[in-house]
Amino acid sequence: MIKKVLIFIFIGIIGFYLVDIFSQIPFGEKRDNVGDFYLEQSVQTLKVANSVTGIVVNFRGFDTLGEVTVLFLAALGLSSIMYRRKKQGEKEVRAKKPSSRILQVGAQIIFPMVVVLGAYVFIHGHLTPGGGFQGGAIIATASLLMLITYRKFKVNHNTVSWIESIAGVVFVSVGMVGLLKGMAFLENFLDVGELNSLLSGGIIGIIYVAVGFKVAAELTGVIDTVLLNNRPDNNNENN
Amino acid sequence: MTWLIIPIIILVILTIGSAIYAVVTKNLLYAVVSTGLISLGLSLFFFILQAPDVALTEAAIGVALTTIIFIITIRNTTQYEDEPKKEKNMKGELSND
Repeated sequence: MIKKVLIFIFIGIIGFYLVDIFSQIPFGEKRDNVGDFYLEQSVQTLKVANSVTGIVVNFRGFDTLGEVTVLFLAALGLSSIMYRRKKQGEKEVRAKKPSSRILQVGAQIIFPMVVVLGAYVFIHGHLTPGGGFQGGAIIATASLLMLITYRKFKVNHNTVSWIESIAGVVFVSVGMVGLLKGMAFLENFLDVGELNSLLSGGIIGIIYVAVGFKVAAELTGVIDTVLLNNRPDNNNENN
Repeated sequence: MTWLIIPIIILVILTIGSAIYAVVTKNLLYAVVSTGLISLGLSLFFFILQAPDVALTEAAIGVALTTIIFIITIRNTTQYEDEPKKEKNMKGELSND
């Protein structure tokens, strides 16, 4: 009884302050704030057609570095809990029966298309919707398809961690070049080019390709760790 | 743009309905699949409301990756709520897929 009353009191307090804060924000009115500045600058100064990318990578580039770090730490934590080296003579059992012929042939056809789509999404991040995170997630989905379809499809953890490390180093060193040139960290130092062309936006293209590789490698590693270390054999040992 | 209201209403019903079903059902596999349906509806909403970047993220992560990770988890634990005894049977059946 006391517990329930306490819960209601806490919900009431949180609700009161939320209503108090949100009632002070005008809804649906035009406000001259930082958004207009970003929309204007990302097209005029940076020559980036997709202003979301302009904000995420350039004006808020440091936040993106933080996001990449959070994702890296999450993947690292998961691997350190779940990754387990194969014992000698132990077979990898992903599923007892091979998957159906339709799924196998379909996966062979779809896999390269999905990888190309993911690469397109992060290479064209400054022109069309999408970017490094989205493209990386799409590529991870493709490798997930292969992992659940083919029992012999393997992900090399060394390659994955090398790709991840190199991409992270590229991201940070591109930011450091800005510092060396006497500008802010992650500030644009390249020629911005023309609006709507592939080589526009300065460092945005480099950073998004690096982020795409990094996210794809991390998520693939996560899926592989979860899939391979949760096989039926493992459970029987625990029971 | 009045014709656009009909698919939006269908989407609202689909999303909220699958959210309620995910809470109500005892079969965790169905709950996970309907959680994926929520993400699908949400990503279409993001697309309609002119946020295609968020829609892409939601579609790739919410529909595919999260659902699969939960399904793997279910395969190794129990499929039903409140019924720990069914664990072994379900494991044998589920390991085939």
